[in-house]
Amino acid sequence: MAEMRSRDGVQLHRFPGGLLLDDHKAMATQRPVEKAPLPKELVIPLQQHIGEPAMPIVEVGEHVLGGQPIAEAQGHISALVHATSSGTVKEITERLIPHPSGLTAPCVVIETDGKDEFVSPEPLDGWQQAEPAAIHQHVRNAGIVGLGGAAFPTDIKLTADEFLQIDRLILNGAECEPYICCDDMLMRERAEEVISGALVMLRALATERCQLAIEDNKPEAEQALRDAIKQADAADHIELVIVPSVYPEGGEKQLIQVLTGKEVPSDGLPIDIGIVCHNVGTAAAVHRAVVNGTPLVSRFVAVTGGGVREPRVLDSRIGTPFATLIESAGGALDSAVRLLMGGPMMGFAIRDDSVPVIKATNCILLATDDEIRPAKEPMPCIRCGECAQVCPASLLPQQLYWHTRAREMDKVEDYDIFDCIECGCCDVVCPSHIPLASHFRFAKTEIWGKEAERARADIARQRYEARQERIEKEKREQEERRQRKKKMLDNLDREKSKKDEIKAAMERAKQKKREKQEGKD
Amino acid sequence: MHYGVSPAPHLKPQTSVTKVMLQVLIALVPATLASVWYFGWGIMVQMLIATVFAVTAETLMLIARDRPLKPFIYDFSAVVTAVLLAFAVPPTAPWWLVAIGVVFAIIFAKHLYGGLGYNPFNPAMAGYVVLLISFPQEMTVWLAPEQLVFDEQRLSLYETLVTIFAGSFPAGVNVDAVTAATPLDAMRTGLANNQTVQEIRSNPLFGDFGGLGWEWIGNYIAIGGLWLMYRRVIRWQIPFGVIMGVGVPAVAFYFLDPGTHAGAPFHIFSGATLLCAFFIATDPVSAATTEKGRLIYGFCIGLLIYIIRSWGGYPDAVAFAVLLMNMAVPLIDHYTRPRTYGHAR
Repeated sequence: MAEMRSRDGVQLHRFPGGLLLDDHKAMATQRPVEKAPLPKELVIPLQQHIGEPAMPIVEVGEHVLGGQPIAEAQGHISALVHATSSGTVKEITERLIPHPSGLTAPCVVIETDGKDEFVSPEPLDGWQQAEPAAIHQHVRNAGIVGLGGAAFPTDIKLTADEFLQIDRLILNGAECEPYICCDDMLMRERAEEVISGALVMLRALATERCQLAIEDNKPEAEQALRDAIKQADAADHIELVIVPSVYPEGGEKQLIQVLTGKEVPSDGLPIDIGIVCHNVGTAAAVHRAVVNGTPLVSRFVAVTGGGVREPRVLDSRIGTPFATLIESAGGALDSAVRLLMGGPMMGFAIRDDSVPVIKATNCILLATDDEIRPAKEPMPCIRCGECAQVCPASLLPQQLYWHTRAREMDKVEDYDIFDCIECGCCDVVCPSHIPLASHFRFAKTEIWGKEAERARADIARQRYEARQERIEKEKREQEERRQRKKKMLDNLDREKSKKDEIKAAMERAKQKKREKQEGKD
Repeated sequence: MHYGVSPAPHLKPQTSVTKVMLQVLIALVPATLASVWYFGWGIMVQMLIATVFAVTAETLMLIARDRPLKPFIYDFSAVVTAVLLAFAVPPTAPWWLVAIGVVFAIIFAKHLYGGLGYNPFNPAMAGYVVLLISFPQEMTVWLAPEQLVFDEQRLSLYETLVTIFAGSFPAGVNVDAVTAATPLDAMRTGLANNQTVQEIRSNPLFGDFGGLGWEWIGNYIAIGGLWLMYRRVIRWQIPFGVIMGVGVPAVAFYFLDPGTHAGAPFHIFSGATLLCAFFIATDPVSAATTEKGRLIYGFCIGLLIYIIRSWGGYPDAVAFAVLLMNMAVPLIDHYTRPRTYGHAR
């Protein structure tokens, strides 16, 4: 892989493909971050993370305080959910959540009392000397998940044990997708929290080295982080690396490749090559949980796009409706036609602006017609191969598309469909305007469906074969029994006929004798 | 409030088939003007005839196949096919020649295979081969570069039109004065007559490194091609491959025996080598699509051009080389897959 150096001489590596995109970040970074208003009703979904949904532990009518757990983690991969302000549990019910499916999911609805009272914080005093397990537990209790968008429970990725060789912690502040700027503002305004969080994470991972990567389009954040590192006297452990702005560099696999030159194995995790990767927002949340003792109840959300009157970043409580945040950003313009959660590349469209902010909500993007792709019939693929040129996974989207259209799913799998990260680069460069990422999502679900079907069919076949075998066996046994019986009967018959023959012979002999005697007489 | 939904990504696409094809056409402008400069108005007339017939055939086929007209006519792919074929036929060839070629290209090489995106063979080259095999006589009457013709003998625009539409040079035109063998023809005939390359090249038909006029058209084609590369409409692999494929054996044989083998510059700047490298072999639909595959594809086309020119039955070989390699594309693509991220090296 090609090598390059960052501005301050750090050895970097290039990842294949990628796109230079207009970042559209400045529109929302001009205004300072403000706290979003407290809504009348907070809608807090029970599953905001990857893994098992949390189990509610409050009852309808119960009064709760901000920071109080309202749902418990279930199983290893799961996360706690907390009330994000004080009030009464109004209902525990199905509500619309921000999800690509547009479906509802179980939520705890809290009617806020306006007092905004919180439980007293429980910091982990002396965390600098704390056991990694204690930090781990604290992070789990705070309900922290990856705030970069994937929402994977953070505690699982903060495990140190003697079997894991951790080379370094990578903090991802690249934030490469256009429009999204919540991490940029977080690093500008709360750099010391990010740095402190990084030190806590290093302690939890029992490792020494952290690389904090940010793209070169965030000079203000860079300066703030440099100051914070100096202030925390953390320069020995935390290295700020300025990486060139290329989409999708903020993808975990891509950032790891840029910083280390190594690739995460296709069927593995970053930890397999000694790397743990967390988002900068997650680090700040870890700082708050461990140092301040407050759970994850709010996050920075960028409310931006051409369809918002005053684009800005808001410090928002989890559970605040999108509509409230859009109002706080001056309201939607009439030209707004699309509401997205996330950026324009990997974000998904939401029909209803009443859905709540969840832990994974980094950006609310209200786009105008000028900002989104027009709905148009795609042209046929002309095999120009531009999609392959920009694919960061070095896939051949043109071949994947070809075989997906032909429903040749074995070929699609053969062309490594499951290494597609759905970054959308191929869509953007396609001259035929083919929705390639959509095709690949379809192909993946199709293959998963087929696999599930195959698994079911396998079970059915096994059952059928077992039954068939049982019937065969019974038949065989029946036959054997019949044969045995027959043999026995035959034997009996044979013996009987022998006796008969003897009897007849004796009879005949007697007859002869009698005839002889009669002849003599 | 409710909003519409659509799948990710939502960002606008950066280009379109129409833009790609238009850029190809723009990139051909310098070479077209150079051709007018050296060989007169013929090429413009041929382009016009070819375009009219190509678009008509395209329209009829779209109607017959029940496809929407507007997107497929405005993609300008038929115009590109027409213009490329017009580049390849003699400037004063009768009108029906390029018409037959382009109609065959659009109907048989393109639409019967499924239209845009589905043709395994380069349509313009398929059309060219049909003409070359069916009308060898008409396909070989080339004009001499105007610089070799006395002013008063040059064909005017009117005379060019008459020649093309009447099918023969108008009375009063000195045919021997205005026509000449192409440099590739001259080289071939000369070598067959046991002349040395040096003797053959003393003919004023030859310029500094290629054929007179041809070499400059080649330069302008290269300029257009480099601009396409800069615009990322084409990538470097195929042009580089073709030029290497022609150049490497040319250099090797030239060093072996410079008397019977023309050098690399002659091969690269004569005939259609550069047109092939930048505009014909780079037709995305019928070319290999992987990076490595494109290098191999281009190199093999170049190699075939050199082989057929040197030992085959035709003076130039671009069309045959391209069509032969079109057939190999699925194989090349299959064996040149890049290594996926995270998979074993």
